Amino acid sequence: MTATHFVHQQASHCESGVMSAIVRHCGLPLSEPMAFGLSSALTFAFLPFFKLSGLPLVSYRMPPRTIIRGLQKPLRFSMRTETFRRPEDGARRLNELLDAGQVVGLQVSVFWLPFMPPDFRFHFNAHNLIAYGRDKADGDYLLSDPVLEEPVRCASADLTKARFARGLLAPKGLLYYPANAPQEPAWERAIPVALKKTARNMLHTPLPFIGVKGIVRIARAFERLPAATDPQATKLFIGHLVRMQEEIGTGGGGFRFMYAAFLEEAATLIDRPALAELGAQLVEIGDLWREFALAAARMIRDRDPLDPAHLAALLRAQAAREKTFFTSLNKAARLS
Amino acid sequence: MNADDVPQEGSATYGGHLKAIYARTHDGRLGLVQTRGWEVEETVTLQAVQAFEELAARALERTHAGQSSPLEVHMYRARMDVAQLAQASGLWSWRVRRHLRPAVFARLSKALRVRYAQALGIDTDQLSVVD
Repeated sequence: MTATHFVHQQASHCESGVMSAIVRHCGLPLSEPMAFGLSSALTFAFLPFFKLSGLPLVSYRMPPRTIIRGLQKPLRFSMRTETFRRPEDGARRLNELLDAGQVVGLQVSVFWLPFMPPDFRFHFNAHNLIAYGRDKADGDYLLSDPVLEEPVRCASADLTKARFARGLLAPKGLLYYPANAPQEPAWERAIPVALKKTARNMLHTPLPFIGVKGIVRIARAFERLPAATDPQATKLFIGHLVRMQEEIGTGGGGFRFMYAAFLEEAATLIDRPALAELGAQLVEIGDLWREFALAAARMIRDRDPLDPAHLAALLRAQAAREKTFFTSLNKAARLS
Repeated sequence: MNADDVPQEGSATYGGHLKAIYARTHDGRLGLVQTRGWEVEETVTLQAVQAFEELAARALERTHAGQSSPLEVHMYRARMDVAQLAQASGLWSWRVRRHLRPAVFARLSKALRVRYAQALGIDTDQLSVVD
């Protein structure tokens, strides 16, 4: 058995959970919200031209690997990433790194992970977890999946299948580990930079699918749903957005609560109480996202009449609130 | 959201696990709070699970009626659609769609059967069996 001493800590989201754990393992205390906020991972994206089982790609965060890449600059270290063409090579390299005592981050498909509850096992290819050891007797890997309470074991054939799943966002066996030790950043600089980037992603992208414009666009898609002629498809579309908001390990309210926790922590770190106040505002916005989810779920369960136009109005109101919020955040970040 | 308001509704979809979400804890700061589930989340998860179950059930009927091949049943049971099965098996979508026809499926080569079985995570001899 080779296993590095590794402390598992449950997180709400996979990539931020994995990256904060890897940084902590290197000796730098870093919370999950700080990893998420410093890498400017928050956004909203509605990409109707990418379809998964007929449903559009919706996300409340930046694309996969944003956090892995985004922490390198503020924490002044580099992550080494490797992908593989052949599964055998990927497995061999992972074993090599584990035998050398390295803690390794992996991108996997949730569907092929036997330890996941069956109802969570969909073909989502951008899940992340950590391998920290291997049982040489039976080849099982010791894994720390940040969304679970405890570390788990996984047979090597299963893990290899999950690492080399094909399709949208295929992991191609991606593994990653720090090439050198992360260092405590100059918080007074790193935090405002990260805030401005998030504000920019929410307010000023040239594409109409990202940020506040993305929320407006999905509101418009809601208005066009065929509620009267095809209630089943309408409900699937509505439910899909709620799943992306609440089920996919977002920490609740589509990452808004996690980002609020980051703002609160940042306020203390660089002594800027205004950021904590903004955090409190974002909690309220997150609560309203939860209310939207509740209203949607009631329609799906036929407790309320199916009325996507009403949900669209809620979405437009959220877009307006987020626009105001991120404009204030941008100002607060520039005042430093 | 306050820690006391974090739903603890015991979602069946969690399979006995707990998830962690962020909420205002008793010391007034935002932190991780474990949850046993929220009915809203359970609703949308089950909706997605059941959508595939319904597709599989309808495919099964068609297969028994000789209108479709067992491949379609296995595809939906593996929570895939034609596009995803095409990507997972490395075949063109139109070929996958063609293999959903019983007559074409019956003539499928050994190599293609192995390929589908691998993509679906089942044994090759299970591929033509449905119940």
